[in-house]
Amino acid sequence: MIMKLKHLTTVILSVGLLFMISCKSKPKDADIQAAVTTALQSSPGVSADVKDGVVTLSGSVASQADKDAAEAAVKLNQGVKSVVNNVTVAPPPPPPPAPVEVTADDALKTAVAGIVKDFPGIQADVKDGVIIITGEQKADRWKKLKMALDALKPKKVDASGLKVK
Amino acid sequence: MAALQDKYKELIDAAQAAGTSNLKVNELDGVLHIEGEAPTGAVKDQLWNIYGKIDPNFLTGDVVMNINVATAVAGAKLKVITESSNLNIRKGPGTDQPIVGKAAHNEIVSLISKQSDQWWLIRTDAGEEGYAYAQYLQPVE
Repeated sequence: MIMKLKHLTTVILSVGLLFMISCKSKPKDADIQAAVTTALQSSPGVSADVKDGVVTLSGSVASQADKDAAEAAVKLNQGVKSVVNNVTVAPPPPPPPAPVEVTADDALKTAVAGIVKDFPGIQADVKDGVIIITGEQKADRWKKLKMALDALKPKKVDASGLKVK
Repeated sequence: MAALQDKYKELIDAAQAAGTSNLKVNELDGVLHIEGEAPTGAVKDQLWNIYGKIDPNFLTGDVVMNINVATAVAGAKLKVITESSNLNIRKGPGTDQPIVGKAAHNEIVSLISKQSDQWWLIRTDAGEEGYAYAQYLQPVE
């Protein structure tokens, strides 16, 4: 009876010891998660998932350097076995459209005069990049004129004073 | 911005669908600026027809459309598209430059180079060489 009890104690003790050892070598995922989350505070946009000591990073960052930094910050934590870096690097935003080029008034005036002289009945003025067209013109001729004027890169072609026949 | 792009959506879509390269659509002070290089003169004509359908007689003044034709490259054949008169060929790029020759209405000339969007250096079959106004020259396809 005593022998049996002794045996049982040994068994309980060894099981307990084993449990403790396994606990020590394997920090709980929740603890890793907490540490990793703190480490990721400097990496906005990245989140971590921990399972059996394996940290999976997800989210989106602006550059490869940011992605690498997040992985490095996580790796340092105790209990992290490996890191699966699923963070995506977002493509840079498209460059803003090039501003509209407007020809300077002097150059525009010369060019407009050169074109308009072939369109009798049309008067043209240039002010602040805007070509102001007045007079009368047939529709197909006006179309030709408008095509030529638009090619001069004006700010606007104001034909509100034009009568199309 | 969206209102003007909506109004001219058909035009912008057509320019994209027809393969207009370097297409730029920008708005500046209530005017939509459309720029690009059409693959052929027919595409340019098509785009101007759509523009004219949306804005009859181009009178609203809310679009400046500058579409070049990609086939107008050095060596290309150009047709003189004056209304009926001869096209002046000048010594330099400018209407103040002396006239060194003339190309007849509907005559075919060769493009040597483009000094600018407005002035192209051309050569006639008779060997006359000089600058002419690009608006009167259309690539032959």
